[in-house]
Amino acid sequence: MSAPNKSYDPVEVEALKPEVVEQARDAAFAAFAGAGSLEELKQAKVAHTGDRSPLALANREIGALPPHAKAAAGKLIGQARGAVNQALAKRQAELEAERDARVLVEEAVDVTLPYGRTPRGARHPLTTLAERIEDTFVAMGYEVAEGPEAEAEWLNFDALNLGPDHPARSMQDTFFVQAPDGSADSGVVLRTQTSPVQARTLLDREPPVYVVCPGRVYRTDELDATHTPVFRQVEGLAVDEGITFADLKGTIEQLVSKLIGDGLELRWRPSYFPFTEPSAEIDLQCFVCRGESVGNPDRPCRTCSSEGWIELGGCGVVNPRVLVACGVDPNRYSGFAFGLGLERILMNRHNVADMRDMVEGDVRFTLPFGMEI
Amino acid sequence: MRVPLSWLREYVDLPAGETGRDVAARLVRAGLEVETVEQIGADLKGPLVVGQVLSIEELSGFKKPIRHCFVNVGDANGTGEPQEIVCGATNFAVGDKVVVVLPGAVLPGPFPIAARQTYGHTSAGMICSARELGMGDDHNGIIVLESHHEPGTDAIELLELTDEVLDIAVTPDRGYCLSMRGVAREAAAAYGLPLADPALLDVPPANSYGHLVKVADPAGCDRFVARTVTGIDPNAQSPIWLQRRLQKSGVRPISLTVDITNYVMLEVGQPLHAYDRGRVDGAILVRRAEEGESLTTLDGVQRKLSAEDLLICDNSGPIGLAGVMGGASTEILDPAAGPGTTEVIIEAAHFDPVSVARTAKRHKLPSEASKRFERGVDPEAARAAAQRAVDLLVLIAGGTAEAGVTDIAAPHPLRTIAIAADLPDRVAGTEYGRETVTRRLQEVGCTVVGTDVLEVTPPSWRPDLTDPYDLAEEVIRLEGYDNVPARMPTVPPGRGLTEAQRFHRRTGVALAGAGYVEVNNYPFVGEPALDALGLDKDDRRRRTVTLVNPLNDEEPGLRTTLLPGLLGALRRNVGRGNTDLAIFEMGTVFLPKDELKVAPRLPVDRRPTDDELAALDAALPDQPRRVAVALAGERLPSGWWGKGAGASWADAVEAARTVAGAAGVELTVRQGQLAPWHPGRCAELLVGDRIVGHAGELHPRVIKALNLPERTSVMELDLDLLIADGPQRVSGPAVSSYPVATQDVALIVDAKVPAVEVEAALREGAGELLESIRLFDVFTGEQAGEGKKSLAYSLRFRAADRTLTADEASAARETAVAAASARTGAVLRGA
Repeated sequence: MSAPNKSYDPVEVEALKPEVVEQARDAAFAAFAGAGSLEELKQAKVAHTGDRSPLALANREIGALPPHAKAAAGKLIGQARGAVNQALAKRQAELEAERDARVLVEEAVDVTLPYGRTPRGARHPLTTLAERIEDTFVAMGYEVAEGPEAEAEWLNFDALNLGPDHPARSMQDTFFVQAPDGSADSGVVLRTQTSPVQARTLLDREPPVYVVCPGRVYRTDELDATHTPVFRQVEGLAVDEGITFADLKGTIEQLVSKLIGDGLELRWRPSYFPFTEPSAEIDLQCFVCRGESVGNPDRPCRTCSSEGWIELGGCGVVNPRVLVACGVDPNRYSGFAFGLGLERILMNRHNVADMRDMVEGDVRFTLPFGMEI
Repeated sequence: MRVPLSWLREYVDLPAGETGRDVAARLVRAGLEVETVEQIGADLKGPLVVGQVLSIEELSGFKKPIRHCFVNVGDANGTGEPQEIVCGATNFAVGDKVVVVLPGAVLPGPFPIAARQTYGHTSAGMICSARELGMGDDHNGIIVLESHHEPGTDAIELLELTDEVLDIAVTPDRGYCLSMRGVAREAAAAYGLPLADPALLDVPPANSYGHLVKVADPAGCDRFVARTVTGIDPNAQSPIWLQRRLQKSGVRPISLTVDITNYVMLEVGQPLHAYDRGRVDGAILVRRAEEGESLTTLDGVQRKLSAEDLLICDNSGPIGLAGVMGGASTEILDPAAGPGTTEVIIEAAHFDPVSVARTAKRHKLPSEASKRFERGVDPEAARAAAQRAVDLLVLIAGGTAEAGVTDIAAPHPLRTIAIAADLPDRVAGTEYGRETVTRRLQEVGCTVVGTDVLEVTPPSWRPDLTDPYDLAEEVIRLEGYDNVPARMPTVPPGRGLTEAQRFHRRTGVALAGAGYVEVNNYPFVGEPALDALGLDKDDRRRRTVTLVNPLNDEEPGLRTTLLPGLLGALRRNVGRGNTDLAIFEMGTVFLPKDELKVAPRLPVDRRPTDDELAALDAALPDQPRRVAVALAGERLPSGWWGKGAGASWADAVEAARTVAGAAGVELTVRQGQLAPWHPGRCAELLVGDRIVGHAGELHPRVIKALNLPERTSVMELDLDLLIADGPQRVSGPAVSSYPVATQDVALIVDAKVPAVEVEAALREGAGELLESIRLFDVFTGEQAGEGKKSLAYSLRFRAADRTLTADEASAARETAVAAASARTGAVLRGA
């Protein structure tokens, strides 16, 4: 480094000549522009902005200038260095962007690769169907009641107006539990319907009672495509002052609308159940053919066997005898009850052709139903 | 009950264009369950005509007899010339009238008929058998008609080959609809048309010279009508119309006398029985059986009688099971097998429904008669039914009615029911008005008097109408359920699902979320399934509730554990190629009480007392709700991402933790031993001190016995026990925002020391600065030392109110290790 020299003429310093500074700046510009990679740019950076770069060296000469010349030289060099740094930053950003783009392309993967690392589970559609029905009623203010599957005969039959010799009692093919003496007279059966839960509920609490009772029930049928000895029902019961058949109709219509949808006709057929009077079977218009397959051999319907209707379940106004046996005053209270077979609803709502699939536990059947239906 | 539409029209003048489906729809809305409407002869197409056989040439040289015939078919063939037909039947002669189908016709099948060459001749049509015409199964030859029919007459109409038949499933309260009379009454009401009641007949009054009948048990038999017909032509055939009506009703024609009794039963609903008078020995006596008596019924079965069976007897002893089936000894004789019956006694009686039901059930003999008696037969129709049978025997069989009319009737008090005129309104929730109520009740046959309160006398054929609600139902159904308005009841606010119900749902969701698929198995088990689990002889799970009438004799018991069913489902899946499996089931098991009791039969005319109800529950098995899982194959599949992991005991234990997590309950795990688990790989699951279940790998012997995949692992947990302490409310933790200080320790302990104890000691020793602890490595082997294992833990410390210094964290770590050393003999590795 040169020492300050009063006799020194700045014009005479080669490195501070404007054309030389300009040259150095342009050389830097060219080097940066010519750098094809971040590595080359780094070298160019050292060469043109480092301590030994022409502009850095020129900058040093400023110190030796006479005071009157310093400002102009400083400005000259400062502007040149500023421009160089700007160009460097710009090129740096360009090259980084290029690099990033390249790396991200290199890191690209096939996101369509299947990833079965976390095994998926599912709940049984009969379970979730029962819950859906429960929820519909819970939203109306009902409660969910449950009872034992091995049940007292009195609750399964007698309390429901099915006396020992009632023809309907032999119609239901009942599993009998063996008594201690080996006979069938244990007074205990596998419940043939969820109705004993109604009786238990009425015995248990004072009206008003609004409950739904889901559960497994048993009849001595052999398993085939449309029968299973163990199946599921959801039973509903409302006992209050002034309950009528009209209330039953409104409630069932509400359920069907929530469960299956609007716009389908319901057919109310008079029927017979010992525990209700009047009794009805409820048929739902076939939602596949909407009745158009009836008497129309060219358009058969598998869902309703070309009957136009699908049986939904039975219902009616609670027989006052049931109320009496359960300690409810029939002069003050009345009620309605209904029972739905879940297997049949599932078959219809989800096009299940064979009931055995609901029973055998093949995971391929259950998995598509997921967590809720 | 099969109801031919053509027959129904005899009693109700239905509109001419009304189809079977139209009638069915009306009846359905009135409460008759019409299951099908069968179109009989729908695919039948003529020409089908009466022919007279003109000549028969027997052809020889074929494997079976073949006849070459010429038949006069009148003008039906368009030419009037004799029709040339080759026929394989031989039961006809020249001059006989037969049924001929001509070319261009179509027989049921469908079988189109065309002229063709066969056996060296032209056969331009066919002489028909009953089966070919869809009239029944009789294929014993072709039909030979009575001689008065003209050749060329349309046989489709003559043989009533086209019709519609309504098949009705009659509910037990509607016994009267097991007859044309009853269905016609419903049809008449449904169409608002008058009914021609077939039971409205002129009947001569009872007198003293009919066949002598004594009724020793008037409670079991409150009506007994007997009529006698003599001079019956035993060879007389049932006419076509009678045979056709029986066939369409699903009853096979047998012989004229039997056909007539069946016909009248179908028409009026009164079961009849015809005795061969020549074989009845003296007076008829109706009484209960004595122990040790026996009777051979019409079906040829000798039956040991019970003292409760009601019998029809003569001097020889029992000759019939009252209302169920007649005896063989007085059966109408078939003329083909010797001299046929020429004199009959017709019985039209009324028996106690319960008695008939019990006898039919006891002898496993449900008959057309018993089915009707059980559901209630009109006692006032007995005389008319007997008269109808007598009339037909006289008219068709050439018999002579004897003047004697036996009619023994126990007094039948008329039942009168008082019903508030607005009861139907109150039950239905609509307004019918008194006039409608009265009119509808009259339509079903009731006598009605009164204004605000109606005094109603139900008709004799409706024993099911016993109280005001029965009557209200009649009004509501006839007015139509469709006309009842729909409205919603005002339901008081409910409490929503119970804690337990919410928990059961969460359990299912949690397990499905963890990759398990739900299955539902039958709860039936047998000894072999329990043997396969390797249960000890005195294992409580061998004590099952037993069914008297199991579906399968091999599985008479109800499950005491969910495992047999679940493992069955697992194996079924494996058998179908589903190899990586995680399945679960939630359901009840059935555990007999220590003391087995019989559930009493309680009264129904009042609420049972709490003690009486407790006696019912005391007879029921305990039925706790359980959950179980089973795993096999890969739990985490391998794939392009790397290696997977096989299902193991640890997954089974984790499933229990998943369930406990859904319950919000802290589960303790300790080493256990219980069949069917592997003795070294069985975890006992506890809540506090209460054992709630087990989990782990199955015993290799069990896996072999059940042919399961290796290392199959299972868990079974009692959900009721798990949540027995009720829900626990979580207190929200104060979350510190100061930095965490992590310290690792590796401890050497005896291989037998459970990790859970080491962890508990570390936790306690570390004190409240410890935020969490994680076991990140376990190994055994040389480095750990013989009989030892190394457990490496990562401890995270954090204070609520300051940044911990390194010294504080180290001090906490040291007290933790000290506690582990003191309680489990742990030594710092490398120390």
